Amino acid sequence: MPESILSVQHLVKRYGEATVVSDLSFAIAPGECLGVIGPNGAGKTTTIRMCLGLTVPDEGTVTAFGLQMPRDALAIKAQLGVVSQLDTLDPDFNCAENLLVYGRYFGMKDAQIRERIPSLLEFASLTSKASAKPGELSGGMKRRLSLARALVNNPRLLLLDEPTTGLDPQARHLMWERLQLLLQQGKSILLTTHFMDEAERLCHRLLVVDHGKKIAEGAPRDLIRQYLEPDVVEVYGSGALALADSPLKALAARVEVSGETVFFYTADAKPLLLQLAAYPQLRTLHRPANLEDLFLKLTGRQIREDA
Amino acid sequence: MSTTTTPSPWRAPQLSMRWWPVFLRNLLVWKKLAIPSLVGNIAEPLMWLVAFGYGMGALVGKVTVDGVQVPYILFLASGSICMSAMNAASFEALYSAFSRMHVQKTWDGIMNAPVNLDDIVLAEMLWAAFKAIFTVTAILGVMLALGISYSPKLLVAWPVLLGVGITFSCVALIFNALAKGYDFFTYYFTLFLTPMMFLSGIFFPLEQLPPVVRAISQWLPLTNAVDLVRPLFMDQWPSEWLRPLAVLATYAGLGFWVALALTRKRFRA
Repeated sequence: MPESILSVQHLVKRYGEATVVSDLSFAIAPGECLGVIGPNGAGKTTTIRMCLGLTVPDEGTVTAFGLQMPRDALAIKAQLGVVSQLDTLDPDFNCAENLLVYGRYFGMKDAQIRERIPSLLEFASLTSKASAKPGELSGGMKRRLSLARALVNNPRLLLLDEPTTGLDPQARHLMWERLQLLLQQGKSILLTTHFMDEAERLCHRLLVVDHGKKIAEGAPRDLIRQYLEPDVVEVYGSGALALADSPLKALAARVEVSGETVFFYTADAKPLLLQLAAYPQLRTLHRPANLEDLFLKLTGRQIREDA
Repeated sequence: MSTTTTPSPWRAPQLSMRWWPVFLRNLLVWKKLAIPSLVGNIAEPLMWLVAFGYGMGALVGKVTVDGVQVPYILFLASGSICMSAMNAASFEALYSAFSRMHVQKTWDGIMNAPVNLDDIVLAEMLWAAFKAIFTVTAILGVMLALGISYSPKLLVAWPVLLGVGITFSCVALIFNALAKGYDFFTYYFTLFLTPMMFLSGIFFPLEQLPPVVRAISQWLPLTNAVDLVRPLFMDQWPSEWLRPLAVLATYAGLGFWVALALTRKRFRA
């Protein structure tokens, strides 16, 4: 394994009585995309803030590029690009000015930044919007401008906190394509997301966190193989819930109920599907197990009060 | 396993030249709106000056300052310019800084780049002081045009008024750090700044006030600002300059330190 570009060791953060992050460790290799998934309040954003030196951990260490947080915070941040959950674009500046002003925070010379602006705008598909202000941009354009802004200093590592939340499918696909491009250029990415297809598509490795703890880690396909039966049969419609306690149960390795739907997890769905044919009023969906199943298995199906 | 102790928010400020791009950011926004903002900044103080200075001045005639008889308009102009510096700095360090800090999350974006919170607070403080000195300069220009004072010592009054702007922006940033919303600033203006306007010898000499109030007044930053600036308008050196300067510097230094500590607490930094 090559030297890691970011390494987080035994991170702990408490706010009063609540432990928000609990003994969390992970590392990112050069060129790797690491996804962090977990329910709201799992400690994802707090972890990113600690990686940025904005929040001081109660225990543990953050090192990046061979430098130590928070002592070398400025030197580390000089090589980072950050897209936070909420846009912090300057509403009074147009796209080009947003990039110019942000580049100055890195100590870059105006001429140096101006040289980069056209390619950054092109990367964000915003060339025609160079003199538009953020208020005139769509949600997807704003997120792409935030991404372009995070690239102004040509960072080695990107920290992206839910970069596609709130975007429509087209805008999300464009964002994914851009992130893939960055990975091809050799950049490393730490990404938090609620979209399991996004995690599966982009991330080489995933970290599942809940209540501030790491509960699973591995490549998306490996995790699914490790924790789940390969097939899922979803059954819903009137009377579906009764099946959860019927003899059909014996045909599945595991049965779960969520809302109006019964989930049968199994290695061989055929016998189950044959039996289900006797219930024409029910709707069934047979599909391979996916990350969402994994996520829900590990973090539970219940909606949380604090979420 | 290493245990980190969270550093105290009251630790010494860690300042560097990284405040400059943050200041430039504010300057670039302001350049887009400079002319309307200029009109807003100087129209009100000038109305006070003209209405009170010429209107009341006709009734009052001359006012005695340190044994010297001066026209009321000069008395008022030399005091109200301090008030203008105070108001301009306070507005910028409260409403505008709060917009950037809390509403637009501009500060959060900046802190993702290699810029410390300390340098951001410093930049906001100096920016508010810049707005104050800009307003003061414009009003001084009008006062010269009206012939209120041609004292060469106005050149000394100018940096003093910059200091007044710095003092009031430092103090205002404390309230910025504590604010939950814009409404909070109304208290600051109505409970602190407005009473201070009347207790600092701007509209009438302090000798008119009861001794207890005068004793309090001696420790108000605006009184000390007026003590320094008024003689310079009358082409005289202040009879006492060390004490008022020390009072202003103390308000500025302590104000900045407290403002920074409270802002660090707010950002849990």
